[in-house]
Order: sequence, then C-alpha cells, then structure tokens
Amino acid sequence: MPCVSPDGKPTSSGMTLLNSLKNGALSPKDIADKTGQPLFKVRSGLRELQSTGLVEEAEGKYGLSEQGKTLVQ
Amino acid sequence: MTEETQKDETGLPVLGGKAPDFEAATTQGTLRLSDFEGTWLILFSHPADFTPVCTTEFIAFSKIYEELKKRNTELLGLSVDSVSSHIAWIRNVEKKMRVKIPFPIIADLNKEVSKKYGMIHPEQSKTETVRCVFVIDPERKIRAMLYYPLTTGRNMKEILRLIDALQTTDKHKVATPANWKPGDPVVVPPPATAEQAEERLKEGYNCKDWYLCMKKL
Repeated sequence: MPCVSPDGKPTSSGMTLLNSLKNGALSPKDIADKTGQPLFKVRSGLRELQSTGLVEEAEGKYGLSEQGKTLVQ
Repeated sequence: MTEETQKDETGLPVLGGKAPDFEAATTQGTLRLSDFEGTWLILFSHPADFTPVCTTEFIAFSKIYEELKKRNTELLGLSVDSVSSHIAWIRNVEKKMRVKIPFPIIADLNKEVSKKYGMIHPEQSKTETVRCVFVIDPERKIRAMLYYPLTTGRNMKEILRLIDALQTTDKHKVATPANWKPGDPVVVPPPATAEQAEERLKEGYNCKDWYLCMKKL
C-alpha cells in the first residue's frame, strides 16, 4: 500500500496526506491541490488511511481521527 | 441501461457507454476506476513486461505524461503480470533507459479487468492482452477505443491528438475533420432539417456545400 506500510505505519506519502489535514477536514480535491498529488492517488490513499483508522470521513470531507492526530503532532 | 456499464453482444464495452468499474492492485496501490472521476483517463494494456515493443511504448507514454496532465488526463497501464514484475520492469527501465515511469500499472493476474474491457483477443494471444487504449472521460464514459496488434507500437502523437479532439468537441460542440490538429478549422455539425440546410449557407461559415461547413475557433 502506498500510504500505509505493512506494519500499519503511514509511509511518507501517507504522512503528506495526514499533514495536509492538520488544520481541519478537507475534500479529496482540496487535499490534491494542497499537496500537489494527483486526485486518484489522494482518493486511494485516503481509503487506506481510513481503513487503518487514521482518518475519518464525514460529508465528503476527510479529517484526522484521534489516532491520526497523535501522529502529526 | 443508461447508468449501467454498456456492452455489445460480444461483451465489449461500447463508445458512449459507462466504463466497467474495477478495483485492482497497481504499482501505486489499490486503485478503483472511480478514483479517476473528474479527470480524463487513458487506460491502456500491453502484452507483457520486459518485452521490446512494450518498453518503447512505456518510455513514449512517460514522455507525453506531462502533456497529458496539462489536459487533465491521467494514464493507467495494465498487463497480466504481477506487481513485482511491473516494479522490476519499471526499475530496469529507469536504470537502463533513464526514464521514470510516473503512472500506475495494473497487475491483472486474474484477468478480471482485461476480460471486462475485452483486452484479450485469442487470435493474437490466449494469455496476453493486446495493445488497447480506452479514453474515459471525467463522467466515466468511454469516448474512444483503439486496438493494436502485438507487433505494432502505438503512436503517442495520435493519442494526444485524440484527447485534444475529444476535449475540443466537448468544449465547442463541433466535430473535427481528418488529420485535424489544434488550431485547424473544425467541422460545424450538419443541419438536421431542410430549413436549416437552406439557412446554413447564409451563416458565414466556410462551406463547400450545406453539409460540409468549417469554421475557425
């Protein structure tokens, strides 16, 4: 997985996505604009981060979970 | 059938139909077709990794990648090789040919995606995918399909021209003539009624006759 390593820790791509959410929840398009990553990569990365409990989705926007917040602080 | 994937009697996707959905392992993680919504996508297949024509094509696709991005278009390759094989191949291309492959490649080992898209043509090869190109628009509709045999590498200028032509058609509601390239005159859609045909010659276009009128954009 490009955003989460086999040991469950975020990769550098994963950390880029997590760091982009430091100031609040964003849509995948906003994250793509902010990070410069292609939209398809952002969507797939967010799916991985969500499945490992690091981000949460609400109404199309993605934000850090409590677990995710501890990683970026 | 408007919202569902549309196929013809042979099971092949059709122009204007919804592109078949998939979730697949790629060199850049698990990707779904829906991950590309909002952008144009060129989904293309190649017969096998570590083969000569495919290598030249991958280098050529990489060289037009930035041009495609300017056109809001992504690339997604596919063959029935594994992710490990794809990774080994693109690392080899980077090391030996000094070209980085920037786009993801589907590892379609179980042929799930290639069967959905009709990429295997048994008269060419029972095990490998032929050289297909599917142009999928931001709404997931199939807008163009190209099928090349195993022996013939694709022409990147034609692929760029095809994207330019489709995007020009969408933006200006026009058609594009033979050998059209950006900047050339475009074809005004032909009149649908006798009355419109009568009026067409008075509308200021460059007309050979009522059914063949061109204009500059």
